[in-house]
Amino acid sequence: MQMSQVSEQEVSPTLHTEGREILGVQGLSLAFGGVKALSHVSFSVKEGSITSVIGPNGAGKTSLFNSISGFYTPNEGTVKFLGQTMNNVPAPDRAELGMARTFQNIALFKGMTVLDNIKLGRHAHMKTNPLDALLYFGRARREEAELRKEVEEKIIDFLEIDHIRNQSVAALSYGLQKRVELARALAMKPKILLLDEPVAGMNREETEDMARFILDVKEEWGVTVLMVEHDMGLVMDLSDHVVCINFGQVITEGLPHEVQSHPDVISAYLGSGDVAALRKKFKEGK
Amino acid sequence: MRIGTVKESYIADAALFDTKVQRGWMFALLAGLLLLPFFTGQYASYLVCLVLINIVSTAGLNILTGFTGLVSLGQAAFMGVGAYTVALMEIKLGTPFLLNLLVAGGLAAVIGIVVGLPSLRVKGLYLAIATIAASVILHFVFANWTSVTGGVSGLSMPPASLFGFEFIQPDQVYWIIMPITVIMLFGAANLFRTRIGRAFIAIRDRDISAEVLGIRLLRYKLLSFAISSFYAGVAGGLWAYFFRVVTPESFPLTMSIFFLAAIIVGGMGSILGSVLGAVFMTMVPEVLKMMVGVLSPIWPDAVAVMSPVRIIVFGGLIIIFLIFEPDGLAEIWRNIRRFFHLWPFKT
Repeated sequence: MQMSQVSEQEVSPTLHTEGREILGVQGLSLAFGGVKALSHVSFSVKEGSITSVIGPNGAGKTSLFNSISGFYTPNEGTVKFLGQTMNNVPAPDRAELGMARTFQNIALFKGMTVLDNIKLGRHAHMKTNPLDALLYFGRARREEAELRKEVEEKIIDFLEIDHIRNQSVAALSYGLQKRVELARALAMKPKILLLDEPVAGMNREETEDMARFILDVKEEWGVTVLMVEHDMGLVMDLSDHVVCINFGQVITEGLPHEVQSHPDVISAYLGSGDVAALRKKFKEGK
Repeated sequence: MRIGTVKESYIADAALFDTKVQRGWMFALLAGLLLLPFFTGQYASYLVCLVLINIVSTAGLNILTGFTGLVSLGQAAFMGVGAYTVALMEIKLGTPFLLNLLVAGGLAAVIGIVVGLPSLRVKGLYLAIATIAASVILHFVFANWTSVTGGVSGLSMPPASLFGFEFIQPDQVYWIIMPITVIMLFGAANLFRTRIGRAFIAIRDRDISAEVLGIRLLRYKLLSFAISSFYAGVAGGLWAYFFRVVTPESFPLTMSIFFLAAIIVGGMGSILGSVLGAVFMTMVPEVLKMMVGVLSPIWPDAVAVMSPVRIIVFGGLIIIFLIFEPDGLAEIWRNIRRFFHLWPFKT
């Protein structure tokens, strides 16, 4: 319940606020020794939109995500979130400000149940101190009960994972693990959700479920989504804005169909050659 | 077969003991603990007290190593800090024992935080070595700061007292040790129902992604060290009240290894495992000793011949348990429970 109030007040009026920048990446460069993972990447994410980052393997998408979420410190450039420069803000503080992410190679905590994994997402927004926790009285008890109610009624219901709530995450299928990871990110009270390959390795049915969840997150929860994804069908169907990067640079950005038919994008994916023929092949294939 | 565990509220579902049967057993256990000293002799009380002290310290180490994934071989040294604190406060100030125990825990926690500082950078065996270094330093301080610690001869202290009553015999000190152990075990169990316990487990499983979820690594690693050392400090304080002589040799490095073995045998990341591990590690040598004692009327040389065998059997038992159930005694216990919950169906 609380979540919906917060999101309605702060983020939800999607239509009115669309167009305002929630996340801005300006001239971001990241190098590991001589390897330039990112060079001068700039783009912006509009509030209430779904923005996708695409690009071939090794293009720097995950490095970009890691720089945004505070995993890596970029060598140059800035990340602006909610108008605030993030360069000196450590990762846990970014999480508290409302930046939630999922990982490409699922980063759930194997030693915990699904429920505990999801509850963990709320960590930064809770106030229980060690003494409360040892006594489990007053604040600790109240906070846990509120969190449990909200997780059950808002998140677990929404993502249809009520049948597995008490299972250990290690025992779940890949698709369900991805869904639990999304649940945990939603428990973080996100303003922006960074999804790193949300449907990688999923079958068609699981992909469709995930697509529906992502759209609902945007429309019902009013959360802005930035995702990296290889499934072009999904990217083209869901995205409001697509950014294509290759070799650490932004090749092009724009509406899905513009990016899809951009010659540089096609050559990045398929290699250079007869662009017209490849374009035809690409459109037929996907 | 267990059926009909319907819950009407989330609070009821999150309770530590969520069925009537469980609560019944828990009350039976508490009643047993309350009645125990009236039915046992001094030697049995002595053993029970020793087990309880080891349980407190093992639970503390399990919070740090089993739940947070930070291997420490400093637990005995932290106990030493607690023991010396209690001894000094009792000798010099004569303050109430509860206060002394709290201060002992607090001081051990502060030292634990300092020792835990390298944990942000080093993990696993490297951290174990760093904590060994800390325990060697503490041992050196105990042995050589003669004006305070009494050097190698240590400190002899008066017994704990409450309203003029002195806790001297094991079955008297039991009334200090047992309630504190019970409270601290409940505290440890509660910890893992809240965000703090979850943060510890997250750090153990994947510390880097824990950070992206909003968990401040240094703060929580140090908090884990602090809580673990607090438990060790209180255990050390209880130990001091129990033996009333504290020397540098009371808390050797092998004792830290004993606690590490206890959490491995009992079950890492399980409060029940701490209890079972501490009971196993303390009692099995005693039981083996008793078995040798039973043999001695028939076989006069039994004690001399069987003593080394006893140690070998103890070691062998640990290895056998680890091979058959790497998750420890706690997992064996859970399997037994599962069997009865599902009976007559098979697991």
